[in-house]
Amino acid sequence: MAKEMLSVNNLSISFGGLRAVDEFNLTINEGELYGLIGPNGAGKTTVFNLLTGVYKPDVGIIKLDGKDITGQPTIAINKEGIARTFQNIRLFSDMSVLDNVKVGLHNRFEYSTLSAVLRLPKYFKVEKEMNEKAMELLKVFDLDKEADLKASQLPYGKQRKLEIARALATDPKLLLLDEPAAGMNPNETKELMETISFIRKNFNLTILLIEHDMKLVSGICERLTVLNFGRVLCEGPTSEVLNNPEVITAYLGE
Amino acid sequence: MSFLTNIINGISLGSVYAIIALGYTMVYGIAKMLNFAHGDIIMVGAYAVFLITSALGFNPLVTVLIAMFLCTFLGITIERIAYKPLRNAGSPLAVLITAIGVSYLLQNLALILFGADAKVFKSVISLPPVKLFGGQITITGETLVTIILCIIIMTALTIFVGKTKAGQAMLAVSEDKGAASLMGINVNATIALTFAIGSALAAVAGVLLCSSYPSLTPYTGSMPGIKAFVAAVFGGIGSIPGAFIGGIILGILETLAKAYISTQLSDAIVFAALIIVLLVKPTGILGKKIMEKV
Repeated sequence: MAKEMLSVNNLSISFGGLRAVDEFNLTINEGELYGLIGPNGAGKTTVFNLLTGVYKPDVGIIKLDGKDITGQPTIAINKEGIARTFQNIRLFSDMSVLDNVKVGLHNRFEYSTLSAVLRLPKYFKVEKEMNEKAMELLKVFDLDKEADLKASQLPYGKQRKLEIARALATDPKLLLLDEPAAGMNPNETKELMETISFIRKNFNLTILLIEHDMKLVSGICERLTVLNFGRVLCEGPTSEVLNNPEVITAYLGE
Repeated sequence: MSFLTNIINGISLGSVYAIIALGYTMVYGIAKMLNFAHGDIIMVGAYAVFLITSALGFNPLVTVLIAMFLCTFLGITIERIAYKPLRNAGSPLAVLITAIGVSYLLQNLALILFGADAKVFKSVISLPPVKLFGGQITITGETLVTIILCIIIMTALTIFVGKTKAGQAMLAVSEDKGAASLMGINVNATIALTFAIGSALAAVAGVLLCSSYPSLTPYTGSMPGIKAFVAAVFGGIGSIPGAFIGGIILGILETLAKAYISTQLSDAIVFAALIIVLLVKPTGILGKKIMEKV
């Protein structure tokens, strides 16, 4: 029996009268690549916001690697090991590509402000380590040549990649990708699928992703959960779920 | 030669505006709020120095450091009690109005504690005046120290924001609080640090201001505070070099207007210049153009 990386039990949240997420359950094993799909407005991004602490659930329990993280603030959850990307890219667009990744590295490197002000050797040493680590990450995504550009100067596909690099910099156990292939052409999507497989292996990651691109979903996800109107419609191995008549109805209508 | 003297005095006054404007601009850039109580922190800093000097007679440098520490503490406390609970309030007006309230609170507290009569502030700077061109131009020690300190502070802040982890965290928070906190940045601590730096600088500005213009009342900080705000907007609010440039230009403009046009009209001229700059370049001299996607 594989170790459970994420277990979500009976999670619900309402906004006013709307039950955005209703009795949501999810179990992801360590190292798994899991897909969360569903029509627009089904509550997928709300689930991500609940998992990362942006919203506090009305009821329900979220456990990461056996530890209860329900209702924790976002920083604490990030430190426990969940990192994410955003559906609408939210890079620090005026900062350089390298600095974006270094923000992600923030909590993994320490030097006192005093040593920075006095420019002590410790400051230079740690800054050098941070730069090296950040460049290493950028290389994985083939972004090392653009390190000094502003994030906003990158083409769209590369911005998506940089978001993943920045999330990885926080050293997560569980990576949440919110529509990583949105707006990408088939070639970029194919490349992205390879990158996702690569980082999962090389960074010992468990990955949960939201995606509408069924080629990507069926290509790399091992299991899926389908969300519809905030409720789990069905879950199981990818091929089974995608052939489920109920799922097809939810997507295409009667 | 008197023109040159005026320019130098203008740069000195502008340096004080610039130091105050840095506090405005950093807080605006990072917490996205206008801290209208910022000017009154200057007054608190100046009173602290005045009281410590007259009661305890410490070394000026020690006195200023204590004042900076007090103002830092005050700035963080104000942020914590008055602004932080409103940070996620629906309207940004709530925190703006609170800031105006804090400003009046500080002024009136000072009025109760220290009275309305002007105190004569003894300059903490004991540098002798410098004479140039065979005595044709005299630069006072205060002027010199103010300009030099402003340049040091500007350089240090630019390095701090651009090259240190804490500075990067500030930039990240200023762009996107939500994303920053999801990347593990402590947004509250970062905003508190911004207030701390701004308030410490306000204390320095207060001391420099009162060393050059030695009359101290509970309202001492309010006009320079507003002018520094103008300087920050002038240079492009949110931008550190913008605050510096805006402050210097404003100081020179005000001094020249006083010298050559009219003392009474100088403030009107300064604010008219702001209006003209904003008509031509609404984001200020170094302000970023905000493109909205439609």
